[in-house]
Amino acid sequence: MSDLYLAVNRLKEKFPDSILEVVTFRGEITAKVTKKDIYEICQFLYSDPELQYHMLTDLCGVDYFPETPRFEIVYLLHSFKLNHRLRLKIRINEGESVSSVESIWKAANWLEREVYDLFGIKFENHPDLRRILLWDGYEGHPLRKDFPVEGPDFDKPYVPEV
Amino acid sequence: MAETRWMTINMGPQHPATHGVLRLVLELDGEIIVKAIPHIGHLHRGVEKLAENRTYHQVIPLTDRLDYTNAMGNNLAYVLAVEKLLGIEVPKRAQYLRVMMAELQRIAAHLIWLGTHVLDIGATTPIFYTFREREEVLRIFEEVAGGRLTPTYLRIGGVAKDLPEGIDEKIRDFVKVFPQRINEYETLLTQNIIWLKRTKEVGVISKEDAINWGVTGPTLRGSGVKWDVRKAFPYSSYDEFEFDIPVGTVGDVYDRYIVRLREMEWSNSIVRQALDRLPKGPILADDPRVVLPNKEMVLTDIASLIRQFKIVSEGFKPPKGEVYASVEAAKGELGFYIISDGSNRPFRLRIRPPSFLNLGALPRMIEGSLIADVISTIGSIDIVLGEIDR
Repeated sequence: MSDLYLAVNRLKEKFPDSILEVVTFRGEITAKVTKKDIYEICQFLYSDPELQYHMLTDLCGVDYFPETPRFEIVYLLHSFKLNHRLRLKIRINEGESVSSVESIWKAANWLEREVYDLFGIKFENHPDLRRILLWDGYEGHPLRKDFPVEGPDFDKPYVPEV
Repeated sequence: MAETRWMTINMGPQHPATHGVLRLVLELDGEIIVKAIPHIGHLHRGVEKLAENRTYHQVIPLTDRLDYTNAMGNNLAYVLAVEKLLGIEVPKRAQYLRVMMAELQRIAAHLIWLGTHVLDIGATTPIFYTFREREEVLRIFEEVAGGRLTPTYLRIGGVAKDLPEGIDEKIRDFVKVFPQRINEYETLLTQNIIWLKRTKEVGVISKEDAINWGVTGPTLRGSGVKWDVRKAFPYSSYDEFEFDIPVGTVGDVYDRYIVRLREMEWSNSIVRQALDRLPKGPILADDPRVVLPNKEMVLTDIASLIRQFKIVSEGFKPPKGEVYASVEAAKGELGFYIISDGSNRPFRLRIRPPSFLNLGALPRMIEGSLIADVISTIGSIDIVLGEIDR
């Protein structure tokens, strides 16, 4: 069991004030961390020789509307050395931005663009923060809970007249 | 003094070699690619949003339509996530049936890849052979599940129905001849000088880069990383099957080709093992909260009828929590991350699409190479836009 919690214990040693809560559900370990330290935490998990979380498996957003802080960003890291997955979570308010982890994992480039596209969360120091699935100029962020599932098209792509 | 300019070329979204609606903007210095910018999203249907408004059972058909060449694998990833959330155990027979179908589907998916990839590069012959074998797999699916491309065969807690009478003979026939078919493809390609010239040292991505860009599946293994979800986090009894993980060395188009060919052989072997050792027993978990009752019971027993009605209309309520389950799909690690708030619909359903991240690494593979190599590189990472755009 101690092996499973290796990463979390190392994190607690290194960042005692940043780890808010550790949850284990169905054998998956989730660490809720503070938003301001996310970059340092990721950097540490990536470069620590004992841990080596070299792969960012997934990064996604969650909308807890109407709670505050409204959004959550979920990082799923994978270590080939430990054959272990670790989930990190941060909560942010609407309008706030997060440090990009693109400089650690290139995989974050598109994943963060997707979160920006579908939730409207901005990432600082991202090299190319554009919409990815929807077209430029689209209004609204579809995965927000207050975005309707059905309804008339309110934002048609601009087609120039011939 | 002549002025030097880069030329910008648009490729796609309607282009036969981009395997769907992928658009690439290429900046060229002569024939050399300086910069490649993929534009995706033309097939965006909002599957993640749709899933938030459906009951857990109703999401299964949506997953078929993600990577539509690998429907069984997509079903499997989703039902594994829901089963993990519920904490239910699936009977052995159902697990073996799932493995068998997932591996047959992997063969079918790789056959499409091989046929179209080779066609892109200019060899017309192999596609007729690969589609001949794929047809046999689809006929098996048709008999087993009723559907060919989108069978929706898996259910939460097991599979939709047991194998029909006489199907094991057909699967056995297929498994028996398929290794020879792979040999046929190899005689056309593996030593073919044109094929070698078009694929060797093309679209190279190093081990470190592949991991850093989040690349998974045959593309990652082509770069020499011996990693497969089936071995790393075994699911659905994969630890009871004997198979190896083929890896490449250089990480070029040729290595990915070899890796996929060997993978088909191992998939074929897994199907045979599953058929030989198929356990007897139920095909659905014994959990009345979740699993639909037997059809015969529904027609004769009022309690079963009510239960059927409740599960279909209301669904079931899993406990609060969140899980991530992933499978080794044909393209790579396909994961489903479900957050449940205790209601009958997923609060958030996130799909971790392998092709999305593999395609993200495409600029890394093609920048600095010739424009003609773009075609073979796109083919070799085997993307399906239905999954990238969701």
